[in-house]
Amino acid sequence: MENNTPATFSVASSPHVHSGENTTVIMQDVLIALVPAALMAIVYFGWRTVLLLGVCVSTCVLSEYVCRRVMKRPQTIGDFSAAVTGVLLAFNLPPTFNPLLAALGSVFAIVVAKQMFGGIGMNFVNPAIAARVFLLISFPSQMSRWSIPFFYLSRNADTDAVSTATPLAQMASGGAISASYMDLFIGMRGGCVGETCVLALLLGGGYLLLRRVITPEIPLCFLGTVGVIALLAGQNPLIHLMSGGVMLGAIFMATDYTTCPVNRAGKIIYGIGCGVITMTIRIFGALPEGVSYAILLMNILTPHIETLTQSAPFGKEVA
Amino acid sequence: MDSTEIKHPDGQLDKAQGKVAPAARSASAKRQPSSKAKAPPTPEAVIELPKRPYRTHGGVHAAHMKNTAASPSEELPVPSRVVISMQQHIGKVCEPLVKAGDLVTVGQKIADSDSPVCSPIHASVSGKVKAIGTLLLPNGAEVKTIEIETDGLQTVCEDVKPPEVKRPEDLLAAVRESGLVGLGGAGFPASVKLNYHTPARQVDTLLINAAECEPYLTADCREMLESPEDVVEGGRFLLRMLKLTRVIIGVEGNKPEAIAKLREVIASRKLEKRICVLKLKAAYPQGAEKVLVKACTNRTVPIGKIPADVGCIVMNVTSVGFLARYLRTGMPLISKRITVDGSAIAEPKNVIVPIGALMSDIAAFCGGFREEPRKVLMGGPMMGTALYTLEYPIIKQNNGLIFMGQSEAAAVQPTDCIRCGRCVSACPMYLTPVNIQHLVQQRDIQGILDINVKGCMECGCCAYACPAHRPLVQFMRLAKSMTAGMA
Repeated sequence: MENNTPATFSVASSPHVHSGENTTVIMQDVLIALVPAALMAIVYFGWRTVLLLGVCVSTCVLSEYVCRRVMKRPQTIGDFSAAVTGVLLAFNLPPTFNPLLAALGSVFAIVVAKQMFGGIGMNFVNPAIAARVFLLISFPSQMSRWSIPFFYLSRNADTDAVSTATPLAQMASGGAISASYMDLFIGMRGGCVGETCVLALLLGGGYLLLRRVITPEIPLCFLGTVGVIALLAGQNPLIHLMSGGVMLGAIFMATDYTTCPVNRAGKIIYGIGCGVITMTIRIFGALPEGVSYAILLMNILTPHIETLTQSAPFGKEVA
Repeated sequence: MDSTEIKHPDGQLDKAQGKVAPAARSASAKRQPSSKAKAPPTPEAVIELPKRPYRTHGGVHAAHMKNTAASPSEELPVPSRVVISMQQHIGKVCEPLVKAGDLVTVGQKIADSDSPVCSPIHASVSGKVKAIGTLLLPNGAEVKTIEIETDGLQTVCEDVKPPEVKRPEDLLAAVRESGLVGLGGAGFPASVKLNYHTPARQVDTLLINAAECEPYLTADCREMLESPEDVVEGGRFLLRMLKLTRVIIGVEGNKPEAIAKLREVIASRKLEKRICVLKLKAAYPQGAEKVLVKACTNRTVPIGKIPADVGCIVMNVTSVGFLARYLRTGMPLISKRITVDGSAIAEPKNVIVPIGALMSDIAAFCGGFREEPRKVLMGGPMMGTALYTLEYPIIKQNNGLIFMGQSEAAAVQPTDCIRCGRCVSACPMYLTPVNIQHLVQQRDIQGILDINVKGCMECGCCAYACPAHRPLVQFMRLAKSMTAGMA
């Protein structure tokens, strides 16, 4: 070090101790929480899942690396936030989605939605959601081609032969839902790669709560609102909660730090807003599913929610 | 609310404590509605002693590291040289009353000023004034010092005799002469604080701050364990002299022995009806003045106001104990118990040191260093000041001396803010540090004013909790200085 000069002390502003938490550990925790859902996705949708996860994660990390290099900014791939975006994007794609388009979505997520606004902490919308909506609008048919679980085991693994409608699509078209509650809970249904297994997602959510990575306000308000509105609309709340992307969205996407309010009252309003928009789209909209749009819209409202719910400082007389 | 079962009419106030007749309990003295608890009670009010702390917001669970809680205080042998700073309090800087070559004795007043917001300084050793020097403070300012070469005899000054205190005015004068300042760390002159008991303010409660929420520090804890009688006696004296209603001693729950000891003394003196020990949750910053007032009385001190505005005087537990000793012996504040700890010190312990003793002498008394210190803190690790040299003197409000080794002092590079909101939930003052840092970077003066950065007490919870290691307390200080003097 500095030639053993004992009189040299470091001086710094207080506090001189720290909780020891850092961004990397938080992102690692999110990745760990995503593992159960990823494993179940691999069980249900096979090598396609592995392919999508690999393509999305590697493209996200690579895009982030290139962006930071080009922008001459400190490298941030080490904080794993790009990897989290990659996994979440893969989770939001149909199992048989074209890997090249998945890579395009990943580039969009990192370059357009995240780095162009300044990188981690500065993006105004969740990059994975933005990319999903980008793909949804650009490639609508590709993005709604669903496969039944274990389709890869089928003798004639021809996509058309094994495709299915999601429970929400069945519900929207007024038909009967082919899946039982148990099927929905363990994820035996058509849907995006990572959204189907409610059990695995809940396990991940429990882990995040336990590690205090997320607080319960947003998931509870989001899911609660969806349930209540379903009841009011005379529909089955359990089916609404366990199908589509609402579980994945409420636990992993809406809770994205950067794009949700930082204060408690704001989180509650944000969660309720997500639920209201989701159900509005599901019940009245032309689309069977609205979680992505709900979160995207609430992301945009976040700064205003924060301003409106700013808590009065301790000892400030309320006018 | 979960406040009281002990009530009696306040008409009994001037009676000797402990003799308040429960039979005098007025039938009309019903439990106060919670809204009334905010206003200072009128003389008809009943005495409420809290059973459980009231809710406070934020805070962090920093590791307690109270390694020295069980080790009895040891006295530092009189060092060969002491350096006494002319600023050991908030307020006007003292002027030396002695000059180089003068002989001084223990307890002799050697510095004072004509300002009321000031506290005189006394010689902590007997010996010869070597020089009037200067000391560079960590904030970059310079202050005069009196350097004394000790003779080792510790001859006591003949002026040292117990003060006569019959009336509250006597008390204020005596407290000023004692040189007592807030020993919890702030160093506010005690005579000024006790003078807040004016008719306009109607102070009814003395809060004795024994939370000691800073990690490492156990000096207050040792005060309670080693002289609980002094603490209770000091509280009882102030209760009587200032005609207060109640005394609440707030102690964090991680000091069960201190709580038991104080309760024992209170019970043996039959003071339970007026003095209570409140067990606070052990979470930093329970000892912050405004947080303590809320936890103990459910009153909220408005921004820019002081606890006396909501009827409370808050004093550190060691200050109260000292006051009792001063009234008994007349020996002014010339020594201080400090906790010496940290990963670099060989033998962490509590040491009673004369004011002006140098850190290097204290470190040597504690067995020297087990590894090279990288950071030296005056105070606790959450709010303490990092020093630039070991040749730095102890001042009155010091309560800790932390020597951090290489790994403990390692600085971590800040990364980008991820807006996780941990700073928001950690802030006991309901501020949003995450926004304040942006406002400072954008030099948005109006924005800073709008979010009341003045309410920040720099407790450090935000920066402690920040996973991106943002220097949030520095941003807060910057925000304050950018808006200093503005409405």
